[in-house]
Amino acid sequence: MAPLLQLEGLSKAFGGLRVIDDLDLVVNEHEIVSVIGPNGAGKTTLFNLITGMYRPDAGKILLDGQDLVGSPAHRITRMGVARTFQTLRLFLNMTVLENVMASQYGRTKVGIVRAMLRTPGMRREEREIKARAEEKLAFFGERLVGYRWNQPAYSLSYANRRRLEIARAMATEPRILLLDEPAAGMNPVETRELTELIGKLRDDGGYTILVIEHDMHVVEGISDRVAALDQGVKIAEGSFDEVATNERVVEAYLGVRETAVG
Amino acid sequence: MTEFSETPGIPEAPEARIGVDTWVAEAEERRARAGGPLALLARGVEAMPPAVRMLVFLAVASTLPFWLNEGDLFSYGLFTLLYATLALGLNVVVGFAGLLDLGYVAFYGIGAYTYALLSSNHYGIHWPALATLPIAMAAAGLVGLALGFSARRLLGDYLAIVTLFFLQAFVAFSNTANPTVAGKGLTGGPNGIANLDPLKFFGYELTSTEQQYFFLLIVFALAATALFFANQSRTGRAWRALREDPLAAEAMSMPVNRLKILAFVIGAATAGLCGAIFAAIEQATVAGNFTVAVLITIYAIVILGGLGSIAGVVLGAIVINVSFQFLAPQSGHPEVKRWLFYGTLVLLVALMKPWYRGAVVLLGTVAFGFAAHAFVAAIAPASWTSGTAVDAGSASTAKAIADWVIIPEGHSSFNTYAYIALVAAIVALRSLKGWWRTAGLIPTLYLTAVVWENVLAPNPAVTALILFGAMLIALMTVRPQGLLGTARVEIV
Repeated sequence: MAPLLQLEGLSKAFGGLRVIDDLDLVVNEHEIVSVIGPNGAGKTTLFNLITGMYRPDAGKILLDGQDLVGSPAHRITRMGVARTFQTLRLFLNMTVLENVMASQYGRTKVGIVRAMLRTPGMRREEREIKARAEEKLAFFGERLVGYRWNQPAYSLSYANRRRLEIARAMATEPRILLLDEPAAGMNPVETRELTELIGKLRDDGGYTILVIEHDMHVVEGISDRVAALDQGVKIAEGSFDEVATNERVVEAYLGVRETAVG
Repeated sequence: MTEFSETPGIPEAPEARIGVDTWVAEAEERRARAGGPLALLARGVEAMPPAVRMLVFLAVASTLPFWLNEGDLFSYGLFTLLYATLALGLNVVVGFAGLLDLGYVAFYGIGAYTYALLSSNHYGIHWPALATLPIAMAAAGLVGLALGFSARRLLGDYLAIVTLFFLQAFVAFSNTANPTVAGKGLTGGPNGIANLDPLKFFGYELTSTEQQYFFLLIVFALAATALFFANQSRTGRAWRALREDPLAAEAMSMPVNRLKILAFVIGAATAGLCGAIFAAIEQATVAGNFTVAVLITIYAIVILGGLGSIAGVVLGAIVINVSFQFLAPQSGHPEVKRWLFYGTLVLLVALMKPWYRGAVVLLGTVAFGFAAHAFVAAIAPASWTSGTAVDAGSASTAKAIADWVIIPEGHSSFNTYAYIALVAAIVALRSLKGWWRTAGLIPTLYLTAVVWENVLAPNPAVTALILFGAMLIALMTVRPQGLLGTARVEIV
């Protein structure tokens, strides 16, 4: 497997607080890598760095050998990195279908003049955008079916909003999907469904996935590899079992035995 | 559709009402149903396909010249179309892209001055409209580009401050600075530029109101169609996405800054076109035409109509311009204002429940008025009841009013006391309940009539603004999302 995403010596500080410190991480093609770590470990900051929301202080972010650092966020998405948000950020007052159509902006071309004239080329592209959006929504089976597509996104349940965010990210045609706590706030049934879905995204959709997750059942169920962060530093990496039993990881989550008891 | 049947544990959609997405989705529909006649109108318009809506509007609009006289066609027809087109441009910036642009009217002015410079005696340049209209659009669009580019990182209040400053700078520039170019003041200062050429196409001049009206109707139809198509495209979706959540839009491959600038430019170009046409119709342009007052009118149109809705903007333009022209002091129908005023009062009372409460109030107010008038006439000098009703329309109406309402002559302080008494009566009314309140309503209504006849009717300019404001407040209270707008929901 060839490395798709490579982070080399990535660092980011907010004032005196070093949120990500000299981080190296590799995600290979068709791999699912989970990032775990206690709150404040720097996981979401890591996503913000990769997607261009923040600019790193040092280090490289290579997607297929191409450095992403310095490119604006929308261009990074067009290069093939798409994300979901931990605190859902849907376009609430647009319809479900429109949400998934809107995110295809970067990979479509027709400009405003042709749109105003509604040229045949523009109409063809619109049909393609719609077909692609429907295809992405169909990935979620009966959960996001036809009759919901023309409802505003705010009418969706919490779990469906999370699904719609994934569909929206998929519609940008990414090479790597960054999922920020996809199971947060879901009930056990939904969590199990989501675990299956993430596997399906890799196997059927062909996506490479980097996921932040707190639910260890999900992490165990999906991960090819797990990386654990604590205070911006990678403290362990390997299979789920290796990382879960790693002493430093246990410490990071539970504290050192003496102080925990004392 | 068999969406739910295969999922274990979740009942079929029709029975599952609570906790199911459809219930939430219908909430808006239920709200709309509860909205009364205005909501009915909104749903009627929504039910029409956009093309049909447009054709119906054009068909009705093109009959106007056949049953309105020239003056009315000018103030009601022409200006409604002009404001509608102008508001369509603002709707792109504010409604679609969600940017609070308070400098919009400056682009309107830039279009007007561009036309004035290129088609008048000012510099002796007389280009035809076919050249000057696109140039005016381009000029306004370019300035929009410059402003949008420098303000591209700003949102909300900050953008509003910068753009408002820009408008004030434009007014100061055209009104006061008036730089000398080629031996002449560029903008003509406070006098502006007069004697502009009429709109001219292939040597054919549009001079009559009727010709200008039909030309504007075509411009409006083209602009509305183009902007409707723009909204239905990937750019339109991106604008709405940016309005909803700029950060998520950026993360979903939309170049937010560029989209903002684009919205600015499209809006500015529309305003520039309107400005040029406005200048050609008025055959003059002065800085006083491009002030915050115009800005507020255009905003009122967009907000009243419903942000983001093209049909709403048109309806808003009709409501605002027609009522504004109607209430204007120079309106040709001064007596109608009185009947609107009393009609509204009677309607409000008639809507009281139960019905006989309203009847008691109405009859009581009439009787109370005659009694009060007779009482004052008996104990006070004649000058206290010798005034006449302003703009009554006919002599018999004027007499009937003067017999019922106390209109003193030469007691100017009475106006102030009447006004204070009315405010006090309304405040007192709020603390009363049941039949006491009904009883209190009678003198309050009579005081309202006294204030109308003595204070409001003789000052039509101020009254027009008060009534206009009251109407806007009432409409926006009934439908906060605008006449044809959809209520926006912000839940996380």
